[in-house]
Amino acid sequence: MSAHAEPLGHAAPHHGGNANEHPPPIHYSSRINPMIVGIFLFIGSEIMLFGSFFTVYFFDRVVNAQSHPGPWPPYIPGTHIQYERPWFLALINTCILVTSSFTMHWALTSAKRNQRAGLCAGMVLTLLLGSTFLLTQVIEYHRIGFNTHDTAFAATFFGLTGLHACHVFIGLTILLAMTIRSFRGHFSPEHHHGLEVGGIYWHFVDVMWIVVYVTVYIL
Amino acid sequence: MRNPFKSEEAAFRFLMLVIGYFAIIAIAYAINHWAGLVVFLLMTGAIVTWWLMSRGAPDEPIPPVAPPHPPDEKRVLVIANETVAGAELLAELRKHAQGRKTRVLVVTPALNTKLKHWVSDEDGARAAAAERLQASLEAMRAGGMNADGEVGDADPLQAIDDAIRTFSPDEIVISTHPEGRSNWLEQGVVNGARERFDVRVTHVVVDLEAAAAPAETS
Repeated sequence: MSAHAEPLGHAAPHHGGNANEHPPPIHYSSRINPMIVGIFLFIGSEIMLFGSFFTVYFFDRVVNAQSHPGPWPPYIPGTHIQYERPWFLALINTCILVTSSFTMHWALTSAKRNQRAGLCAGMVLTLLLGSTFLLTQVIEYHRIGFNTHDTAFAATFFGLTGLHACHVFIGLTILLAMTIRSFRGHFSPEHHHGLEVGGIYWHFVDVMWIVVYVTVYIL
Repeated sequence: MRNPFKSEEAAFRFLMLVIGYFAIIAIAYAINHWAGLVVFLLMTGAIVTWWLMSRGAPDEPIPPVAPPHPPDEKRVLVIANETVAGAELLAELRKHAQGRKTRVLVVTPALNTKLKHWVSDEDGARAAAAERLQASLEAMRAGGMNADGEVGDADPLQAIDDAIRTFSPDEIVISTHPEGRSNWLEQGVVNGARERFDVRVTHVVVDLEAAAAPAETS
């Protein structure tokens, strides 16, 4: 058996040939891809954030309901009229947001197929639909008839839906940057990482809305 | 582990599943509140069961990605910890060389206790593995064989994965203690390597105490 007594430990250059020609290839020695770690950390932090708001909501709904028995949503203080949740308007808003996820997916698919018109149209539609969702929610807040300081129910309602609205606003900011970059031709079938990450965030916002909608408006 | 947000496509698919999941629950709840609860429990149970079952599914074999080496050179990756100096392993390596120009890379995983592994206290394990590696390389040189070496990840499969990326071996030789005496991290490593890597894997059981060495090859 022949001998090769090269010291190892800085492995890549020693095994691949002349180390002076190129930098060594990326070497992932951790147990998990850094991108996946990033996404996991992000999702974990978001779950904890939304989880804390949901905990408050369910605490109010389950624990407070035991000390103040009655229907859900509770009565408006001093009356026998229940709070009214605008579930139908929110349903339409849900459809708008879900549609925006379809257009987002269409935009990215178009980018992968090198169809720039589809990419730009998809991004503009996603941006418009997302803006419509946010605008509709602002109008809903304006006309809903109660405010954050009224009861614990009102506070948790605005807390959960408002937290989600903040995420939509951040998503719209990302979408705006993605749309501008799409029109400037920054994305190609090979290079569309900016679209991919923004798309993941937008779908995540959509997933969270489904949970918020069903929990707050329906159940 | 499956990550539902690994890519935009995966996230979109996950969104569709979430919509379907909550739509069914909401419809059942609208019909009857208790039906909604039952549907929720059934669907959640089914999803958790599916997730637990799919966790054990082996990954696709990972082909070597390092630059190809000269065709007249054979590369053998040896994964061994305390057993690297065993006479059985040296004999096995000579058998694999078959007179060809052969490069050997010895990787000693920094095997650790469960507690220290989970709290990432691996400094001691890496230092100990480095000492064992040095002793192993000296023993191999004393046996007429030169080899390079490095300390690998605490998880032997990950250590193999890392070495494959930079060394591109033609063959992997995994040396372990006899069953029952292996470190907990070593257990299942041979079968795991055969499932995960698209490289020939040879398992050498080295019993330094009994000096008995049965070998099996995939």
